[in-house]
Amino acid sequence: MSEWSKALSGFAPDAAAEQTLSGNYGLQLEDPLLFEQDAPGRTGVDLPEPAAADRLGALRREGAIGLPGLSEPQVVRHFMRASQKNYGIDMGLYPLGSCTMKHNPRLNEKLARLPGFADIHPLQPQSTVQGALELIDVLAGWLKALTGMPAIAMSPAAGAHGELCGMMCIAAALEARGEQRRRVLVPESAHGTNPATAATCGLGVDAIPANERGRIDLAALKAKLGPDVAAIMLTNPNTCGLFEDEILAIAEAVHAAGAYVYCDGANFNALIGRVRPGDLGIDAMHLNLHKTFSTPHGGGGPGSGPVVLAASLAGFAPLPWLVHDQSGFRLIEQAEGPPAQTIGRLKGNHGQMGMFVRALAYIMSHGADGLRQLSGDAVLNANYLLARLGDALTASYPGPCMHEVLFDDRFLRDTGVTTLDFAKALTDEGFHPMTMYFPLVVHGALLMEPTESESRASLDRFIEVVLGLVARAKTGDGAAFHAAPRFTPRRRLDETAAARKPVLRWRKAPAAAV
Amino acid sequence: MRYLPLTGADRSAMLAAIGADSVAALFRDVPRAAALDGLLELPRAMGEIEVERALERLAAKNLPASTAPSFLGCGVYRHHVPAAVDHLIQRGEFLTSYTPYQPEVSQGTLQSMFEFQTQVALITGMEVANASMYDGATACAEAVMMANRLTRRRRAILAGDLHPHYRETTETYARFGGFEIVAREPDPAAADDLAALVDDGTSCVVVQNPGCFGEVRDFSALAAACHRAGALLVVVVTETVSLGLVKPPGEMGADIVAGEGQSLGNALAFGGPHLGLFAAREKFVRQMPGRLVGATVDAAGRRGFVLTLATREQHIRREKATSNICTNSGLCALAFTIHLALLGEVGFARLARLNHAQAVRLADRLTALPGVSVLTDRFFNEFTLRLGRPAAPVVEALAQRGVLAGVPASRLWPGRPELADLLILAATETNTEEDMTALAEGLREVLG
Repeated sequence: MSEWSKALSGFAPDAAAEQTLSGNYGLQLEDPLLFEQDAPGRTGVDLPEPAAADRLGALRREGAIGLPGLSEPQVVRHFMRASQKNYGIDMGLYPLGSCTMKHNPRLNEKLARLPGFADIHPLQPQSTVQGALELIDVLAGWLKALTGMPAIAMSPAAGAHGELCGMMCIAAALEARGEQRRRVLVPESAHGTNPATAATCGLGVDAIPANERGRIDLAALKAKLGPDVAAIMLTNPNTCGLFEDEILAIAEAVHAAGAYVYCDGANFNALIGRVRPGDLGIDAMHLNLHKTFSTPHGGGGPGSGPVVLAASLAGFAPLPWLVHDQSGFRLIEQAEGPPAQTIGRLKGNHGQMGMFVRALAYIMSHGADGLRQLSGDAVLNANYLLARLGDALTASYPGPCMHEVLFDDRFLRDTGVTTLDFAKALTDEGFHPMTMYFPLVVHGALLMEPTESESRASLDRFIEVVLGLVARAKTGDGAAFHAAPRFTPRRRLDETAAARKPVLRWRKAPAAAV
Repeated sequence: MRYLPLTGADRSAMLAAIGADSVAALFRDVPRAAALDGLLELPRAMGEIEVERALERLAAKNLPASTAPSFLGCGVYRHHVPAAVDHLIQRGEFLTSYTPYQPEVSQGTLQSMFEFQTQVALITGMEVANASMYDGATACAEAVMMANRLTRRRRAILAGDLHPHYRETTETYARFGGFEIVAREPDPAAADDLAALVDDGTSCVVVQNPGCFGEVRDFSALAAACHRAGALLVVVVTETVSLGLVKPPGEMGADIVAGEGQSLGNALAFGGPHLGLFAAREKFVRQMPGRLVGATVDAAGRRGFVLTLATREQHIRREKATSNICTNSGLCALAFTIHLALLGEVGFARLARLNHAQAVRLADRLTALPGVSVLTDRFFNEFTLRLGRPAAPVVEALAQRGVLAGVPASRLWPGRPELADLLILAATETNTEEDMTALAEGLREVLG
């Protein structure tokens, strides 16, 4: 059982909870599910009834689907009320470590909705989408320049998909060399997608330990290298918020053993404009446009995960490829002639165009100067948290940190308060909590990434609250933490019951027996 | 820089609190040899006006469907999205929230995902659905891998009218995941006898309904044949609106449905972001990829929603997870849910009838052209024409006249002379009578 799961099993109903007559609490308004607001025949979209036409015969659907009928005002109110039960970056500090919850500029939203980008079909003649292809090319150019890498695959749909792309390129390159290497080295502090990606590629995972400085243990790594190692998948800065300061030696050792260096680019926000992964010996790295380049997370996607590639892997990039010649921009959608080394196609169409527009608008807004400034501010903000909270919380490693800072739960020892309780108390105070129980290398992890979007005043308010909560925990007021959150749209939820007897969809309640 | 709140004074004060001389000092762990001292040779910051101008210039080089009659489909369809959809998904609480790992402050997202899962299960006729995948093609690949796990077999048969992007994506996953794909030849006549290919090594058969050439079929007999052999039937649906009129996969005996949900709530967007739909029988739920939202109660006894069955997922199970997927298509799924909520039973069925009627009308008009015939027998809103000459140059010529005529089969199946004359066209509620006339007249002129 993971630390998080253990913490969640402490669910306890609170019989004394205060109730209003309506179930609403001021501006927190309840609403039945869509399916509970049905009136047969009602609709929120007026469409003409077409003339009868039939080329389906017996293949028509029979019977009702079961969708509820609502009018537009009901639907608007329903989702408006739902939205108000969510926390977003637009509302306040969202210091989720390794998630880079930065401001999402609205200019990006506006531009992504231009008909010239939003209302074009991926399969219309390429002569009619030259501007779209040019935009992809311009963005690709920026991303290659910022990472110092010669090639890029634009199609992956998210970070984990980009990892898959990069690892498939590595597997294909090894295959082309005629080598059977099936082992991937993954640091203990890695994000869960890294080992899952290796497994999806049919590769085995071998964990490498961290040293006492929170970084890859170079000696342990060297001991694990061998002729069956395909790659190392590392994250830099790593998920402890630290720069892998032996990265050059790591890359050299990995390359000397005939293996590749894959870097999880989730934390590129710390490096942008200051360090190019291409100068660190990295062979492949995905970029999360929905982290570093501000495209909105949208409650869990869509993302976009372009992968930059070293020259040795460029030929293996997935289709389609974008080329530019005297006749303009052109997509190569099929492997042409030998030696076609591409790994093939990874998704439908050409990539997350809507995210490309947003990311490019963000990059152009900053320019080379703004990008370097933002990584500096992101790192400064994280170090400020470390400096101001380091004595009250327990910092897992000495600074300086990069764009995020890791604490563990030693400061809560003997208080009866857990990392989970502490996070829930923060939600009562109007903050989204930090990442908790990750990375797994320290006990009860609290990983904070403030990003460059926070003002000093915002950080100071957060710091004051955190210090106050630490003081409260130490006075033995554990009960208040166990009861938290009390002021959120829902109190703690019974996750154990949810998993034991999954209810994954709404169903009409059976009619009561007469 | 307008997005950065720290002032010079802030930075100095914060560095003093940290005890560092400069921001550069915070980067001291970066090896000297790899640290950039100055700015990269790249353009400098721009104001909103300049960025807007630059991107509008690029947008203006494209021919959008809003200014040209458009009949393209093949997995991406232009439907009218009610104004309320875009308004609601731009609410900052939806737009700028992360994956709902803290359920007490994420009930808006979680409840909407629960409603999405219910809607997807209802329209596909399946028991359960997940909270979305990247797109239809990756959902298809994940469906095959799930079937492999469930059957402990490693060979999947892909129908010849499965969208080539779906086939190619699944082949890529198969190549590296170490399973086998039997990809059938393109099959515009939908004549291939897939049941005859199923044996005790088959994990699943993947079919698409309507097929990529537009043909609609009943796969009930194929489902029975699969089940007799211990294999599963995976049904791909690339046009979600068809489910308002066509017999759903669940009623045909499908075990897994992998679909593309773009048609509801989402723009063409040059192919992304879109959203993968993934539904299955309830008994298979523990082998499903992706996120699932479940209902539960909170400490005050109120209904609430949480991410559940996370022990399938990468952040808990790491290399033993059912998939490596993490971020999916949350906001696209929200747009889908709002659009379908607005339509409701009546609106969804009428939208489907309207699409069908439009396509029938278009097919009737185009077959009146000399030398043109419709290949597709039973179709929903998309069908295939045989032109009697290569379709790609015809489409290019029509594009020059401002008509986006459809997808030449050679774009998806290049290098196959037997398909070169085929043109795949879709009609939706967005097409007008004038659009159809422009296409018919243009085609008449170009075909001479």
